Amino acid sequence: MEIAISIILGCCALGAGTAMIAGIGPGIGEGNAVAKACEAIGRQPECKGSVTTTMLMGCAIAETTGLYALVIAIILIFVAPNLLVDILVETIKSL
Amino acid sequence: MANTNRRFKFVDIFYIVMMIVPLVVGVIIQVLTKPLAEGITLTGARIFYTVPMPIQDLVITEAQINSALVIVTILFFCLYMTHGIGEHIKLKRQHFAELIVEKVDGLVSENMGEYFNGYSPFIIAILALSACSSLVSLLGMFPPTSDLNVVGGWAILVFILITYYKMKCGPLYYLKGFTEPIPLLAPINFISEFATPVSMSFRHYGNILSGTVISTLIAAGLSGLSAMIFKFLPGFLSQIPFLQVGLPAVLSIYFDVFSGCLQAFIFAMLTMMNISGGFPIDEYEKRKLKKLAINK
Repeated sequence: MEIAISIILGCCALGAGTAMIAGIGPGIGEGNAVAKACEAIGRQPECKGSVTTTMLMGCAIAETTGLYALVIAIILIFVAPNLLVDILVETIKSL
Repeated sequence: MANTNRRFKFVDIFYIVMMIVPLVVGVIIQVLTKPLAEGITLTGARIFYTVPMPIQDLVITEAQINSALVIVTILFFCLYMTHGIGEHIKLKRQHFAELIVEKVDGLVSENMGEYFNGYSPFIIAILALSACSSLVSLLGMFPPTSDLNVVGGWAILVFILITYYKMKCGPLYYLKGFTEPIPLLAPINFISEFATPVSMSFRHYGNILSGTVISTLIAAGLSGLSAMIFKFLPGFLSQIPFLQVGLPAVLSIYFDVFSGCLQAFIFAMLTMMNISGGFPIDEYEKRKLKKLAINK
Protein backbone atom coordinates (compact mmCIF):
# COMPACT_ATOMS: atom_id res chain seq x y z
CA MET A 1 0.00 0.00 0.00
CA GLU A 2 2.68 2.51 1.03
CA ILE A 3 4.81 1.55 -1.94
CA ALA A 4 1.89 2.05 -4.32
CA ILE A 5 1.13 5.49 -2.86
CA SER A 6 4.77 6.55 -3.07
CA ILE A 7 4.92 5.40 -6.69
CA ILE A 8 1.82 7.51 -7.44
CA LEU A 9 3.25 10.60 -5.75
CA GLY A 10 6.65 10.19 -7.34
CA CYS A 11 5.24 9.69 -10.81
CA CYS A 12 2.97 12.73 -10.42
CA ALA A 13 5.98 14.86 -9.49
CA LEU A 14 8.03 13.43 -12.37
CA GLY A 15 5.18 14.08 -14.78
CA ALA A 16 4.81 17.66 -13.60
CA GLY A 17 8.53 18.24 -14.03
CA THR A 18 8.52 16.70 -17.47
CA ALA A 19 5.51 18.74 -18.55
CA MET A 20 7.34 21.95 -17.78
CA ILE A 21 9.96 21.16 -20.46
CA ALA A 22 7.40 22.92 -22.65
CA GLY A 23 8.56 26.14 -21.01
CA ILE A 24 11.55 26.17 -23.36
CA GLY A 25 9.42 26.89 -26.42
CA PRO A 26 7.69 30.06 -25.27
CA GLY A 27 11.01 31.31 -23.87
CA ILE A 28 12.72 31.08 -27.23
CA GLY A 29 9.68 32.40 -29.06
CA GLU A 30 9.17 35.40 -26.85
CA GLY A 31 12.88 36.16 -26.96
CA ASN A 32 12.71 36.26 -30.74
CA ALA A 33 9.63 38.47 -30.66
CA VAL A 34 11.21 40.96 -28.26
CA ALA A 35 14.46 41.01 -30.25
CA LYS A 36 12.58 41.85 -33.44
CA ALA A 37 10.52 44.48 -31.63
CA CYS A 38 13.73 46.12 -30.35
CA GLU A 39 15.09 46.15 -33.89
CA ALA A 40 11.89 47.71 -35.17
CA ILE A 41 11.91 50.40 -32.49
CA GLY A 42 15.57 51.11 -33.24
CA ARG A 43 14.75 51.56 -36.90
CA GLN A 44 11.57 53.55 -36.39
CA PRO A 45 11.46 55.10 -32.92
CA GLU A 46 8.22 56.95 -33.73
CA CYS A 47 6.31 53.61 -33.91
CA LYS A 48 7.26 52.69 -30.34
CA GLY A 49 3.72 52.60 -28.95
CA SER A 50 2.12 50.39 -31.55
CA VAL A 51 5.17 48.09 -31.75
CA THR A 52 5.11 47.59 -27.99
CA THR A 53 1.39 46.82 -27.97
CA THR A 54 1.69 44.33 -30.80
CA MET A 55 4.70 42.72 -29.16
CA LEU A 56 2.89 42.26 -25.86
CA MET A 57 -0.07 40.70 -27.69
CA GLY A 58 2.22 38.37 -29.59
CA CYS A 59 4.11 37.43 -26.44
CA ALA A 60 0.86 36.61 -24.68
CA ILE A 61 -0.23 34.36 -27.51
CA ALA A 62 3.16 32.67 -27.72
CA GLU A 63 2.97 32.04 -23.99
CA THR A 64 -0.19 29.95 -24.35
CA THR A 65 1.56 26.63 -24.98
CA GLY A 66 3.73 27.15 -21.93
CA LEU A 67 0.66 27.90 -19.87
CA TYR A 68 -1.03 24.70 -21.02
CA ALA A 69 1.98 22.83 -19.67
CA LEU A 70 1.79 24.85 -16.46
CA VAL A 71 -1.89 24.00 -15.98
CA ILE A 72 -1.12 20.32 -16.54
CA ALA A 73 1.74 20.49 -14.05
CA ILE A 74 -0.45 22.20 -11.45
CA ILE A 75 -3.17 19.58 -11.93
CA LEU A 76 -0.56 16.84 -11.55
CA ILE A 77 0.79 18.34 -8.34
CA PHE A 78 -2.36 19.49 -6.57
CA VAL A 79 -5.25 17.45 -7.96
CA ALA A 80 -4.04 14.16 -9.40
CA PRO A 81 -2.39 12.60 -6.28
CA ASN A 82 -5.56 12.84 -4.15
CA LEU A 83 -7.67 11.50 -6.98
CA LEU A 84 -5.37 8.59 -7.77
CA VAL A 85 -4.86 7.64 -4.13
CA ASP A 86 -8.64 7.66 -3.63
CA ILE A 87 -9.05 5.38 -6.64
CA LEU A 88 -6.35 3.06 -5.25
CA VAL A 89 -8.00 2.88 -1.82
CA GLU A 90 -11.39 2.18 -3.39
CA THR A 91 -9.93 -0.57 -5.53
CA ILE A 92 -8.21 -2.23 -2.59
CA LYS A 93 -11.40 -2.06 -0.53
CA SER A 94 -13.45 -3.66 -3.28
CA LEU A 95 -11.02 -6.55 -3.66
CA MET B 1 -28.09 76.65 -3.17
CA ALA B 2 -26.04 75.75 -0.13
CA ASN B 3 -28.48 73.00 0.72
CA THR B 4 -28.20 71.33 -2.67
CA ASN B 5 -24.45 71.61 -2.50
CA ARG B 6 -24.37 69.82 0.81
CA ARG B 7 -26.60 67.05 -0.52
CA PHE B 8 -24.33 66.76 -3.51
CA LYS B 9 -21.33 66.30 -1.24
CA PHE B 10 -23.23 63.78 0.86
CA VAL B 11 -23.97 61.61 -2.19
CA ASP B 12 -20.32 61.82 -3.22
CA ILE B 13 -19.15 60.66 0.19
CA PHE B 14 -21.73 57.87 0.15
CA TYR B 15 -20.34 56.64 -3.19
CA ILE B 16 -16.76 56.74 -1.95
CA VAL B 17 -17.70 54.85 1.21
CA MET B 18 -19.57 52.25 -0.82
CA MET B 19 -16.49 51.87 -3.01
CA ILE B 20 -14.34 50.99 -0.02
CA VAL B 21 -16.84 48.95 2.02
CA PRO B 22 -16.87 45.85 -0.27
CA LEU B 23 -13.09 45.61 -0.15
CA VAL B 24 -13.08 45.92 3.63
CA VAL B 25 -15.81 43.26 3.83
CA GLY B 26 -13.68 41.01 1.62
CA VAL B 27 -10.64 41.45 3.85
CA ILE B 28 -12.75 40.77 6.97
CA ILE B 29 -14.20 37.60 5.41
CA GLN B 30 -10.69 36.54 4.50
CA VAL B 31 -9.39 37.13 8.03
CA LEU B 32 -12.33 35.40 9.70
CA THR B 33 -12.50 32.30 7.52
CA LYS B 34 -8.90 31.58 6.62
CA PRO B 35 -7.65 28.64 8.68
CA LEU B 36 -4.36 29.16 10.44
CA ALA B 37 -1.65 27.03 8.91
CA GLU B 38 2.07 26.57 9.22
CA GLY B 39 4.43 26.79 6.29
CA ILE B 40 3.33 26.77 2.69
CA THR B 41 -0.36 26.63 1.97
CA LEU B 42 -1.64 26.70 -1.57
CA THR B 43 -5.36 26.17 -1.83
CA GLY B 44 -7.93 26.86 -4.47
CA ALA B 45 -11.05 28.87 -3.77
CA ARG B 46 -12.53 27.81 -0.46
CA ILE B 47 -16.15 26.70 -0.45
CA PHE B 48 -18.36 28.70 1.90
CA TYR B 49 -21.76 27.25 1.32
CA THR B 50 -23.38 24.50 -0.72
CA VAL B 51 -26.89 24.86 -2.09
CA PRO B 52 -28.51 21.52 -2.96
CA MET B 53 -29.67 21.44 -6.56
CA PRO B 54 -31.27 18.69 -8.66
CA ILE B 55 -28.47 17.95 -11.11
CA GLN B 56 -25.41 19.20 -9.29
CA ASP B 57 -24.95 21.05 -6.02
CA LEU B 58 -24.43 24.78 -6.39
CA VAL B 59 -21.39 25.81 -4.42
CA ILE B 60 -20.77 29.36 -3.25
CA THR B 61 -16.99 29.82 -3.28
CA GLU B 62 -14.58 32.54 -2.33
CA ALA B 63 -14.07 33.42 -5.98
CA GLN B 64 -17.74 34.17 -6.55
CA ILE B 65 -18.03 36.30 -3.43
CA ASN B 66 -14.85 38.22 -4.17
CA SER B 67 -15.85 38.91 -7.76
CA ALA B 68 -19.27 40.11 -6.60
CA LEU B 69 -17.54 42.47 -4.17
CA VAL B 70 -15.31 43.73 -6.99
CA ILE B 71 -18.39 44.32 -9.15
CA VAL B 72 -19.99 46.42 -6.40
CA THR B 73 -16.79 48.45 -6.06
CA ILE B 74 -16.61 49.11 -9.79
CA LEU B 75 -20.32 50.04 -9.89
CA PHE B 76 -19.92 52.68 -7.21
CA PHE B 77 -16.69 53.93 -8.78
CA CYS B 78 -18.60 54.50 -12.03
CA LEU B 79 -21.45 56.21 -10.18
CA TYR B 80 -18.95 58.45 -8.39
CA MET B 81 -17.17 59.36 -11.62
CA THR B 82 -20.36 60.18 -13.48
CA HIS B 83 -22.15 61.95 -10.62
CA GLY B 84 -22.85 65.55 -11.48
CA ILE B 85 -21.23 65.64 -14.88
CA GLY B 86 -22.73 67.89 -17.48
CA GLU B 87 -22.10 69.67 -20.72
CA HIS B 88 -19.94 72.26 -19.00
CA ILE B 89 -17.11 70.86 -16.98
CA LYS B 90 -17.53 71.78 -13.32
CA LEU B 91 -15.69 68.99 -11.57
CA LYS B 92 -12.18 67.66 -11.95
CA ARG B 93 -13.33 64.08 -12.11
CA GLN B 94 -15.19 64.75 -15.34
CA HIS B 95 -11.84 65.20 -17.10
CA PHE B 96 -10.76 61.79 -15.89
CA ALA B 97 -14.05 60.11 -16.83
CA GLU B 98 -13.95 61.64 -20.30
CA LEU B 99 -10.35 60.56 -20.71
CA ILE B 100 -11.25 56.92 -19.95
CA VAL B 101 -14.25 56.97 -22.28
CA GLU B 102 -12.29 58.56 -25.11
CA LYS B 103 -9.38 56.13 -24.76
CA VAL B 104 -11.67 53.10 -24.81
CA ASP B 105 -13.69 54.44 -27.73
CA GLY B 106 -10.46 55.02 -29.64
CA LEU B 107 -9.18 51.55 -28.82
CA VAL B 108 -12.42 49.88 -29.89
CA SER B 109 -12.82 51.79 -33.13
CA GLU B 110 -9.16 51.20 -33.95
CA ASN B 111 -9.30 47.44 -33.37
CA MET B 112 -12.87 46.51 -34.24
CA GLY B 113 -13.90 48.90 -36.96
CA GLU B 114 -16.90 51.18 -37.45
CA TYR B 115 -19.58 48.50 -37.14
CA PHE B 116 -18.72 47.65 -33.53
CA ASN B 117 -18.67 51.17 -32.12
CA GLY B 118 -21.28 50.27 -29.51
CA TYR B 119 -18.97 47.70 -27.99
CA SER B 120 -16.82 49.98 -25.84
CA PRO B 121 -18.96 49.57 -22.67
CA PHE B 122 -18.63 45.80 -22.90
CA ILE B 123 -14.89 45.98 -23.49
CA ILE B 124 -14.23 48.38 -20.64
CA ALA B 125 -16.43 46.26 -18.38
CA ILE B 126 -14.32 43.18 -19.11
CA LEU B 127 -11.12 45.18 -18.78
CA ALA B 128 -12.07 46.78 -15.46
CA LEU B 129 -13.48 43.59 -13.97
CA SER B 130 -10.45 41.55 -14.95
CA ALA B 131 -7.90 44.12 -13.81
CA CYS B 132 -9.61 44.79 -10.48
CA SER B 133 -10.13 41.09 -9.84
CA SER B 134 -6.41 40.49 -10.27
CA LEU B 135 -5.39 43.55 -8.26
CA VAL B 136 -7.57 42.46 -5.35
CA SER B 137 -4.78 40.06 -4.41
CA LEU B 138 -2.80 43.10 -3.22
CA LEU B 139 -5.22 43.28 -0.28
CA GLY B 140 -4.56 39.66 0.59
CA MET B 141 -7.87 38.48 -0.80
CA PHE B 142 -8.20 35.49 -3.10
CA PRO B 143 -8.05 36.86 -6.67
CA PRO B 144 -11.15 35.57 -8.52
CA THR B 145 -9.19 35.39 -11.79
CA SER B 146 -7.00 32.61 -10.40
CA ASP B 147 -10.08 30.39 -10.43
CA LEU B 148 -10.73 28.77 -13.79
CA ASN B 149 -14.50 28.92 -13.31
CA VAL B 150 -14.62 32.71 -13.25
CA VAL B 151 -12.41 33.25 -16.29
CA GLY B 152 -14.06 30.34 -18.07
CA GLY B 153 -17.41 32.06 -17.65
CA TRP B 154 -16.11 35.20 -19.34
CA ALA B 155 -14.57 33.15 -22.12
CA ILE B 156 -17.87 31.35 -22.75
CA LEU B 157 -19.60 34.73 -22.94
CA VAL B 158 -17.07 35.88 -25.53
CA PHE B 159 -17.44 32.58 -27.42
CA ILE B 160 -21.23 33.09 -27.65
CA LEU B 161 -20.66 36.58 -29.03
CA ILE B 162 -18.15 35.30 -31.59
CA THR B 163 -20.55 32.60 -32.76
CA TYR B 164 -23.41 35.10 -32.92
CA TYR B 165 -21.45 37.39 -35.19
CA LYS B 166 -20.26 34.49 -37.32
CA MET B 167 -23.88 33.44 -37.75
CA LYS B 168 -24.96 36.93 -38.82
CA CYS B 169 -24.95 35.80 -42.45
CA GLY B 170 -27.08 32.75 -41.73
CA PRO B 171 -26.23 29.31 -40.38
CA LEU B 172 -25.42 27.89 -43.80
CA TYR B 173 -22.74 30.47 -44.40
CA TYR B 174 -21.39 29.73 -40.91
CA LEU B 175 -21.19 25.99 -41.63
CA LYS B 176 -19.58 26.67 -44.97
CA GLY B 177 -16.79 28.49 -43.15
CA PHE B 178 -15.64 25.18 -41.65
CA THR B 179 -14.87 23.66 -45.06
CA GLU B 180 -12.29 26.26 -45.96
CA PRO B 181 -9.73 26.07 -47.50
CA ILE B 182 -10.55 22.40 -48.24
CA PRO B 183 -13.39 20.25 -46.84
CA LEU B 184 -10.88 17.75 -45.49
CA LEU B 185 -9.86 20.21 -42.77
CA ALA B 186 -13.37 20.49 -41.29
CA PRO B 187 -12.62 18.56 -38.06
CA ILE B 188 -9.54 20.66 -37.40
CA ASN B 189 -11.49 23.86 -38.00
CA PHE B 190 -14.14 22.58 -35.63
CA ILE B 191 -11.55 21.95 -32.91
CA SER B 192 -9.92 25.33 -33.41
CA GLU B 193 -13.35 26.90 -32.97
CA PHE B 194 -13.56 25.51 -29.46
CA ALA B 195 -9.90 26.14 -28.74
CA THR B 196 -10.52 29.89 -28.65
CA PRO B 197 -12.39 30.07 -25.30
CA VAL B 198 -10.17 27.36 -23.81
CA SER B 199 -6.97 29.17 -24.70
CA MET B 200 -8.35 32.54 -23.62
CA SER B 201 -9.43 31.30 -20.21
CA PHE B 202 -6.33 29.16 -19.65
CA ARG B 203 -4.02 32.04 -20.53
CA HIS B 204 -5.60 34.43 -18.07
CA TYR B 205 -6.04 31.91 -15.28
CA GLY B 206 -2.60 30.34 -15.75
CA ASN B 207 -0.79 33.66 -15.58
CA ILE B 208 -2.48 34.81 -12.39
CA LEU B 209 -2.25 31.40 -10.74
CA SER B 210 1.45 31.01 -11.61
CA GLY B 211 2.09 34.42 -10.06
CA THR B 212 0.36 33.31 -6.87
CA VAL B 213 2.26 30.02 -6.77
CA ILE B 214 5.64 31.65 -7.36
CA SER B 215 4.98 34.38 -4.78
CA THR B 216 4.01 31.80 -2.16
CA LEU B 217 7.02 29.62 -2.92
CA ILE B 218 9.41 32.58 -2.71
CA ALA B 219 7.89 33.83 0.54
CA ALA B 220 8.24 30.37 2.08
CA GLY B 221 11.77 29.99 0.72
CA LEU B 222 12.83 33.36 2.12
CA SER B 223 11.52 32.48 5.56
CA GLY B 224 13.57 29.26 5.52
CA LEU B 225 16.63 31.10 4.24
CA SER B 226 16.48 33.81 6.88
CA ALA B 227 16.03 31.17 9.60
CA MET B 228 19.24 29.59 8.30
CA ILE B 229 21.27 32.81 8.01
CA PHE B 230 20.18 34.57 11.20
CA LYS B 231 20.52 31.49 13.39
CA PHE B 232 23.32 33.08 15.43
CA LEU B 233 21.15 35.98 16.68
CA PRO B 234 20.23 35.68 20.38
CA GLY B 235 16.77 34.93 21.69
CA PHE B 236 13.63 35.63 19.72
CA LEU B 237 15.53 37.73 17.16
CA SER B 238 16.51 34.54 15.35
CA GLN B 239 12.83 33.71 14.91
CA ILE B 240 12.06 36.83 12.88
CA PRO B 241 12.25 36.22 9.09
CA PHE B 242 14.16 39.37 8.16
CA LEU B 243 14.44 38.46 4.49
CA GLN B 244 10.66 38.33 4.18
CA VAL B 245 10.46 42.07 4.82
CA GLY B 246 10.15 43.95 1.56
CA LEU B 247 11.57 41.43 -0.90
CA PRO B 248 8.27 39.71 -1.76
CA ALA B 249 6.76 43.15 -2.39
CA VAL B 250 9.25 43.78 -5.20
CA LEU B 251 8.21 40.54 -6.89
CA SER B 252 4.59 41.39 -6.27
CA ILE B 253 5.00 44.47 -8.49
CA TYR B 254 5.59 42.15 -11.42
CA PHE B 255 3.40 39.20 -10.56
CA ASP B 256 0.39 41.03 -9.15
CA VAL B 257 0.35 44.52 -10.62
CA PHE B 258 2.04 44.23 -14.01
CA SER B 259 0.89 40.72 -14.88
CA GLY B 260 -2.66 41.36 -13.72
CA CYS B 261 -3.06 44.55 -15.73
CA LEU B 262 -1.36 43.04 -18.79
CA GLN B 263 -3.56 39.95 -18.77
CA ALA B 264 -6.67 42.12 -18.44
CA PHE B 265 -5.55 44.17 -21.43
CA ILE B 266 -4.75 41.05 -23.43
CA PHE B 267 -8.09 39.45 -22.61
CA ALA B 268 -9.88 42.59 -23.78
CA MET B 269 -7.74 42.83 -26.93
CA LEU B 270 -8.36 39.18 -27.82
CA THR B 271 -12.08 39.67 -27.23
CA MET B 272 -12.11 42.58 -29.65
CA MET B 273 -10.02 40.79 -32.25
CA ASN B 274 -11.97 37.54 -32.10
CA ILE B 275 -15.36 39.22 -32.31
CA SER B 276 -14.44 41.55 -35.15
CA GLY B 277 -12.33 38.91 -36.91
CA GLY B 278 -15.14 36.35 -36.89
CA PHE B 279 -17.66 38.75 -38.41
CA PRO B 280 -17.69 38.53 -42.25
CA ILE B 281 -18.39 42.22 -42.81
CA ASP B 282 -18.02 42.24 -46.61
CA GLU B 283 -20.45 39.38 -47.07
CA TYR B 284 -22.87 40.93 -44.58
CA GLU B 285 -22.95 44.26 -46.39
CA LYS B 286 -23.33 42.55 -49.76
CA ARG B 287 -26.35 40.65 -48.47
CA LYS B 288 -27.81 43.77 -46.91
CA LEU B 289 -27.60 45.65 -50.21
CA LYS B 290 -29.19 42.72 -52.03
CA LYS B 291 -32.05 42.64 -49.52
CA LEU B 292 -32.61 46.36 -49.94
CA ALA B 293 -32.67 45.98 -53.72
CA ILE B 294 -35.29 43.19 -53.48
CA ASN B 295 -37.47 45.18 -51.11
CA LYS B 296 -37.51 48.14 -53.44
